[in-house]
Amino acid sequence: MDRLLPLVQNETLKIWRKKRFYVVVLVLIILIPIFTYAQMRISQTNAQNFKDWRNQVMNQINDYQSTLASDSVPEEWKRYRRIAVQQLQYYLDRDVNPSTPDAITFTRGFMSGSVTLFYPLLVLAIASDLVSGERTTGTIKMLLTRPVRRWKILLSKILAMMLYVSLIVVTSFVLCYLISGVFFGYEGWDAPVFTGFDVSGAQVDSTNVHAIPQWQYMIMQGGLIWFSSMTVALLALMVSVLLRGTAASIVTMMAAVITGTILGNMASSWESAKYFFSVNLDLTMYMNGSPPPIAGMSLPFSLTVLAIWAAISIVVSFLVFTKQDILN
Amino acid sequence: MTSVTDAPPLRPLTEPAVRRDIQPEKVLSVRGIKKSIRGKMIIHDVSFDVRAGEIFGFLGPNGSGKTTTIRMLVDLIKPTAGAIEIGGFNVHRHPEEALRHVGCIVENPEVYSYMSGWENLEHFARMQPGIGRDRIDEVVAIVGLEQRIHDKVKTYSLGMRQRLGIAQALLGRPKLLILDEPTNGLDPKGIKELREFIRSLAGQGMSLFISSHLLSEIQLMCDRVAIISHGRVRAVGTVDELVAQAGSYVVWQFDQTEAGRRLLAEEGVRLVANDEHQIEEGILAPMKEPIVAQMPAGRIQDLVEKAVRVGIGIRSVQHVAPTLEELFLRMTEGESIG
Repeated sequence: MDRLLPLVQNETLKIWRKKRFYVVVLVLIILIPIFTYAQMRISQTNAQNFKDWRNQVMNQINDYQSTLASDSVPEEWKRYRRIAVQQLQYYLDRDVNPSTPDAITFTRGFMSGSVTLFYPLLVLAIASDLVSGERTTGTIKMLLTRPVRRWKILLSKILAMMLYVSLIVVTSFVLCYLISGVFFGYEGWDAPVFTGFDVSGAQVDSTNVHAIPQWQYMIMQGGLIWFSSMTVALLALMVSVLLRGTAASIVTMMAAVITGTILGNMASSWESAKYFFSVNLDLTMYMNGSPPPIAGMSLPFSLTVLAIWAAISIVVSFLVFTKQDILN
Repeated sequence: MTSVTDAPPLRPLTEPAVRRDIQPEKVLSVRGIKKSIRGKMIIHDVSFDVRAGEIFGFLGPNGSGKTTTIRMLVDLIKPTAGAIEIGGFNVHRHPEEALRHVGCIVENPEVYSYMSGWENLEHFARMQPGIGRDRIDEVVAIVGLEQRIHDKVKTYSLGMRQRLGIAQALLGRPKLLILDEPTNGLDPKGIKELREFIRSLAGQGMSLFISSHLLSEIQLMCDRVAIISHGRVRAVGTVDELVAQAGSYVVWQFDQTEAGRRLLAEEGVRLVANDEHQIEEGILAPMKEPIVAQMPAGRIQDLVEKAVRVGIGIRSVQHVAPTLEELFLRMTEGESIG
């Protein structure tokens, strides 16, 4: 272990000096204000139209219900709307505003909305380059001819990657909170959030629903985002070990992630698509009670699917990396 | 071509030793290695030993399997068959123990261009126990990079990268230093400095394994040499032995070229037409009307005297070593090889 620490230090330093993390921060700093502004416009419009948030929620419920009556709306959508109506009603009954305009609520929404595409993208910026970057520049030859076993090199890379994935999740939270707070105020830590909606079919079972303070909700959500980001990172590592090129790895992984999002939207009729990793990336939906895209999916199910994909990636990465001939 | 003139010269550690002690102890032992890549046999049969304190040349034309062999020596590629031992440890079964004794540069000196030279050395120092700041200072001084060591590597010339690569390779005080075509891309001054530097390292008891496709280079640097072509070692021996086997040319320049040519022919000297010999172009190009002959060295004295007697002025007479290609040609023709 004492020999591993300097290796992790090396890998961490290389990612840092390559300025990969700067890019991540830069992207966040540019994107967050854009979404903040958009949210602010929505809040302003709502504030003009509705004096009270209760009116706004009721209006939303009415909207949804009228689409339920329409024949032109696909059954799939109706299911989502029915569930949303029940949840909104639940908030209304307990006199809790489901979308208070404050920095924490905004951050919560931003992070949970980013989990399927944006976080994977940020993670790929770091993970896809870890091994293939060394191959492209040829430094892998220096790295692997030192008296250190290959599995230790790869392990140190994975540990450094874990560190940066964690850092991405934390940094995105901090930046989002700081930037959006300028417009919405730095409040909302203790605002209650309902979690535990049990969605089955179009029915919402609210027997297990309980309110937790928003800060606690954020920690749980952050953990889930970390888990799905880490799965993406490990897969990206495997792909970059196999493909040897950074660009090819990023394209492949992005295609896989986007495929998952599209499949999730098309959904339902093809049930075995639920075993595909990227359909399961949005773990936060289980917390806020959105219906899963495919029947039979649940938080334990998605966690298991992601864990299996991650485990396979680790095994394949180690097997290939420790055995492969370095020819270029 | 990149020059190294922007960096101070590589300084020999000690005065180049006149005679070095070559120990019988084998630092590197290669036994019957073979390698096939995607079903194609690339290395058929390579065996040789490198002894402690010797400069061992690995000579072969491009594409003969030099780099593939070197990659196997340092565990970048696993051989299909055969065994490689460094310091008594099998490289592929005990890479940590074996590679502890090796410093190497495979092909180009590849270092992290986004870090400074110093950070690169720190990076590689962390990969081996017992290498501290003072050792980094030491190797930087050895390769003479003190002035630029804290600059980003992307601002370095090829020659400086080469030095940094060597510094990196020396960090762990290796018993064996492997350099793959080290003179590639260096200017003549840089090549000369490198040669002296390599000799001084060997003078301290380090073994060096140097690959090249230039016979002249190996001749100038190495004690022993293995010659490889088409994935097979054709010969292993001292450089002088091998060159002697290949024979050499004598190139004459007379002030009356035609008369000179007639004289040589009359004396039964075998003259070689321009398209028959394989002397490197660069050697003959600056000569005015050279006459290439194949003859025993002992006859030169006699022929010079005869020429003087008949009044043919002699501008120059010189030995020219055959090219590597020629050496191969003769070896593969089935001549006996020591």
